[in-house]
Amino acid sequence: MLELNAQSIGFLVFSVFTIGGGLGVVTSRNLIHGALFLILSLFGAAGLFVLLSAEFLAAVQVLVYIGAIAILIIFAVMLTRSMTRLSEVFNRQWWLSAVVAVGLFVLILVGVILPVFGGMDTASVAPDVATTVDLGVALVDGNQYVLPFEVASILLTAAMIGAIVIARDNE
Amino acid sequence: MECRDIINTLAACLQVSGTDPGLAQFIQILLGVLIVTMAPLIVVILLIWVERKFAARVQDRIGPNRVGPYGLFQTVADALKLITKEDITPAGADRLIYNLAPIVSIVSVILIWAVIPFSPIHIGVDLSIGALYFVAVGSIGTLAIMMAGWSSNNKYALLGAFRVVAQLVSYEVPMVFALLVPVLIAGSMSMQGIVEAQRGMWFVVLSPVAALIFFISTQAETGRAPFDLIEAESELVAGFNIEYSGMKFGLFFAGEFVHVFTNALLMAALFFGGWVGPGVDQIPALGFVYIALKATVFYLVSLLLRSTLPRVRIDQLMSFNWKFLVPVSIVNVIVVAFLLQVVRALGLAPAADLANDFIANLPQAIVLLLGSLVIVAFVLQQLRNFGRQERAAAQTVMVRKEDDVDMLPAQAAH
Repeated sequence: MLELNAQSIGFLVFSVFTIGGGLGVVTSRNLIHGALFLILSLFGAAGLFVLLSAEFLAAVQVLVYIGAIAILIIFAVMLTRSMTRLSEVFNRQWWLSAVVAVGLFVLILVGVILPVFGGMDTASVAPDVATTVDLGVALVDGNQYVLPFEVASILLTAAMIGAIVIARDNE
Repeated sequence: MECRDIINTLAACLQVSGTDPGLAQFIQILLGVLIVTMAPLIVVILLIWVERKFAARVQDRIGPNRVGPYGLFQTVADALKLITKEDITPAGADRLIYNLAPIVSIVSVILIWAVIPFSPIHIGVDLSIGALYFVAVGSIGTLAIMMAGWSSNNKYALLGAFRVVAQLVSYEVPMVFALLVPVLIAGSMSMQGIVEAQRGMWFVVLSPVAALIFFISTQAETGRAPFDLIEAESELVAGFNIEYSGMKFGLFFAGEFVHVFTNALLMAALFFGGWVGPGVDQIPALGFVYIALKATVFYLVSLLLRSTLPRVRIDQLMSFNWKFLVPVSIVNVIVVAFLLQVVRALGLAPAADLANDFIANLPQAIVLLLGSLVIVAFVLQQLRNFGRQERAAAQTVMVRKEDDVDMLPAQAAH
């Protein structure tokens, strides 16, 4: 049952930030405003992480995502011609993104509400809150997530090398 | 909870006098937050005076000396002036973002104060991820400058803001790598945990390279000389804050001053033992004195750098970061992590019950210090080779020029 305490008020506020910011991103015709709405939305998500006792993820969220918005703004300024006066809210592919967004939303909704992907056993959640140490161990433990971690590392390294190769002068 | 005195157990005291427990808790937290956020704003009044006096002495002037004893109240007069000045918003500015930027700028600095440990018991909030929190919050400052530069509708402001992203985002990399070293040694990301781990030995002894890199890159993060390219007066008029007037400009200004002192505090807490000092366990308030003294030393060093060094060019700034600081900081982290494991495997690390003992910490410190010295020696050797190559290249260019140009009689005689 939903009762009114600090947790639920926080959840409400951060949800409004997340959803409102997300709506702002897609409806504002000014690219810079869109980027700033994105900050609001990501900040709300960081707040939700804090409510879930995942401070590490919250800090990383702020550092990686919100910190990178400044670079996004740079790209918006440099790569677009009239970023503050977009006349169209929709472009030609709007129906495609609408289908994808609705499909994803339905998928997640079904996953949360119905026990399709393996049960709603709330008791299976570990009582102790995972710490940053647990997270670090999970990433390098052979029985847990070391393979995805390594694959992601290789992907990032490849991307970085690719960027350097493209940026180099042809000599 | 029992009501002993009103300072430490305010919530309990309020409950005794009949306040609702939840409300009492809320009032106590609210007051704590107020104290932590007000402290930097009050300290900055003094800091500006110190900085102006110091810069004046370096430049053989007297500095502020009219308002109050030794000109101590000059900043108050300046603040009054800034508040009463006309508030100008440029035509075509994005009003909301324009007004929001100075606030975000100073808030991003004040938020750092929440995790600075001032004494064993006095800290805003001892987050388990304190060190990461400081980096995350610091990255918002970049955003504030970008907001200011873009919303001013001024090309110089926008150019200044573009430089910010290049500079601040780049210097965040070595800063984070340097920050990793105390985290590694302490085995904790909590600021209080990092300071506690330095009771036996300051981390600057264990890794002077990390301390130096952290100091340099935080200096660059504040955007002050010799890294003040974001507000280069000669090329950008004043950079991102050119259109701001009155107290809005004052907020950027105050934010920068607080940032410098905040970095000095972090330097003291991360590498120089923070509040650790004799008698701090008996009288926790002594912690304030110790950390303030240590921070003041770094504050004065950064003031001295600011008032004596010339500005670097943007290409020098970037190559110094990416070709020097970043590689050195990465190597340093790897060496420290490796040596820490070696020390633990050999049993040289201080036992848990002796962690606060200076002698017990010596073997570990000596091993790590030797590792640092090897890095320093290697870097110096590389720098010497680099310098030799550069000089040789410069000389061949000069010789070639002399060959190409028809020599004038005077030069030929020479």
